[in-house]
Amino acid sequence: MRARPALTPRRLWLWLAAGAVFAVGAAVLALFLGMPELDLGTALSDASSWQYAALHKLQLPRISQGLVVGATLAASGAALQGLLRNPLADPFILGVSGGAALGSAAVTLVGFGTALVAPLGGFLGAMGALLVVTALATEAGRIAPLRMLLIGVVFNALAGAGLMVLQALADPGAVQLTLMRLMGSVGADPSEPLLLPILTVASGVGLVAMLLSARGLNLLALGDDTARSLGVSPDRLRLVLFVVISVAVGATVAVTGLIGFVGLIVPHAVRLVVGPDHRLVLPLSALVGAGFVVVADASVSALAPALGTELPVGVVTALVGGPLFLALLRHRPTRVAE
Amino acid sequence: MSVGLAARGVVFAYPGGRPVLDGVDLEVAPGRVTALLGPNGAGKSTLFRVLAGLLAPSAGRVTLGGRALGVIPARERARQLALVLDPPALSFAWTAFELVLMGRAPHLSGGRFESADDRAHALRSLEAVDAAHLADRVYPTLSAGERQRVLIARALCQDTPVVLMDEPTSHLDPAHALRLAGLLRELAGQGRAVACVLHDLALAARTADEVVLLSGQRVFAAGPPRAVLTSDNLRAVYGVTARWVDGDPAALVVDGLAPAGPARQ
Repeated sequence: MRARPALTPRRLWLWLAAGAVFAVGAAVLALFLGMPELDLGTALSDASSWQYAALHKLQLPRISQGLVVGATLAASGAALQGLLRNPLADPFILGVSGGAALGSAAVTLVGFGTALVAPLGGFLGAMGALLVVTALATEAGRIAPLRMLLIGVVFNALAGAGLMVLQALADPGAVQLTLMRLMGSVGADPSEPLLLPILTVASGVGLVAMLLSARGLNLLALGDDTARSLGVSPDRLRLVLFVVISVAVGATVAVTGLIGFVGLIVPHAVRLVVGPDHRLVLPLSALVGAGFVVVADASVSALAPALGTELPVGVVTALVGGPLFLALLRHRPTRVAE
Repeated sequence: MSVGLAARGVVFAYPGGRPVLDGVDLEVAPGRVTALLGPNGAGKSTLFRVLAGLLAPSAGRVTLGGRALGVIPARERARQLALVLDPPALSFAWTAFELVLMGRAPHLSGGRFESADDRAHALRSLEAVDAAHLADRVYPTLSAGERQRVLIARALCQDTPVVLMDEPTSHLDPAHALRLAGLLRELAGQGRAVACVLHDLALAARTADEVVLLSGQRVFAAGPPRAVLTSDNLRAVYGVTARWVDGDPAALVVDGLAPAGPARQ
């Protein structure tokens, strides 16, 4: 009997069932927390009631979007951490989200007219950020983890500046809409009903590709050379995951804006409980991340009456994740610096 | 299990640089332990990486079981050739057992999980390097020597006919180094082809069937230890004085620096 039981299909499915219960429970909780005055009986039975409309047009799309976004960000964080062998990697911290925000805002504002191109711009921005940050952080064929984090910070600042330039130049009405979206809110935009399906497909493709890469990510922990000797191509794995993470994160940011630290907090918590095997960490992070974002989002709507305004959900995730990031950075400086 | 590894006329140069290997021939034969020796900068590590398929030779060829190494599909190669490299730093809390179990990956098709047999194999591999008690320890908490043994166990768990190790004793205490020597003999006894880059001449002398002594980017001498590790050769290559002491087994003693230093070619 091992201290940590070996990962068997049975153990995997048990954990995933627990994760699914958590995500569904979080969605149900969010339904009530987000709109306490909703009477579910009426909302489900009476199609002419305002309750029915509120459930179908507001709450369900918002919760679905929260689930997809949380799953994508958490799984992308876990995959990036494994890929870069850096426990502090996260789409937000590495500037991938910043690149996606700039890319999606640029294509929206530069006048393609429709918000539907935003995910494409997000993908291009995310991919560009990932390539630039990785290239600059690579020294003699190795990625220097701390340097990569620093470059990510600088890249985020540059993306922020880029957004301000766009804001100054573009049409005020469009700017207002785009910036609202980038603030990090999972509320679905009723004028663009196609965004949620686009986001779901992009995230779904990304999640499947990440899950298929799980064993390769495990072997990569041993170093590129040993991974190669075990039949994995680290370069191909990196390329595939960079592309699918950019697609998924690009679409996520384009639709819901900057929701930071989910990719950091969730995989970290999951690993503490189940160990580092990506075959379990990736899908379980997706489920836990889905639940986490939905609850965080419901809590901002629950707080809205007291605050007089609704905070962006990204504020909540940053308030939880920022301190945790600092604690991690302080806790294991040597291991990260390696 | 009679798969061997061979290099013929291997030349390797980094882009724009002069050759680091200049026409190397060698054979890592099944059932034999081959030691790759040579002073710092002789090209041992580069030769190791070329033999391992991590670097493609600029000229010449490396064959595994008679087939060019470069054309063998990665997974198939992983079932034939295992590597022990310098212990890496790990960022996540893998246990020694979980890392050793990764050696089974090339044998698992599709999304299959490791079976009870695979887990038993991993435990036996840890036992072979006297590390069964480390199974549940988290890798970052292990000492350098313990890490090295765990990674050797990982290669054993891969269960390949050819095993290449790069300085496998660099972090080991004398008892574990001698145990490793015994393990290398055992692997060869099972018909495997075993090759190690070694710095410890005495260990190579008592363990290896074949010694390949590199110097100046070339093979200076190759053959059985007593024929290759002669005092003349060691003076010429390393600039040290050494002598053999008869016994069972005969031992090589390096006893000092040669007055004139190594001969420079």
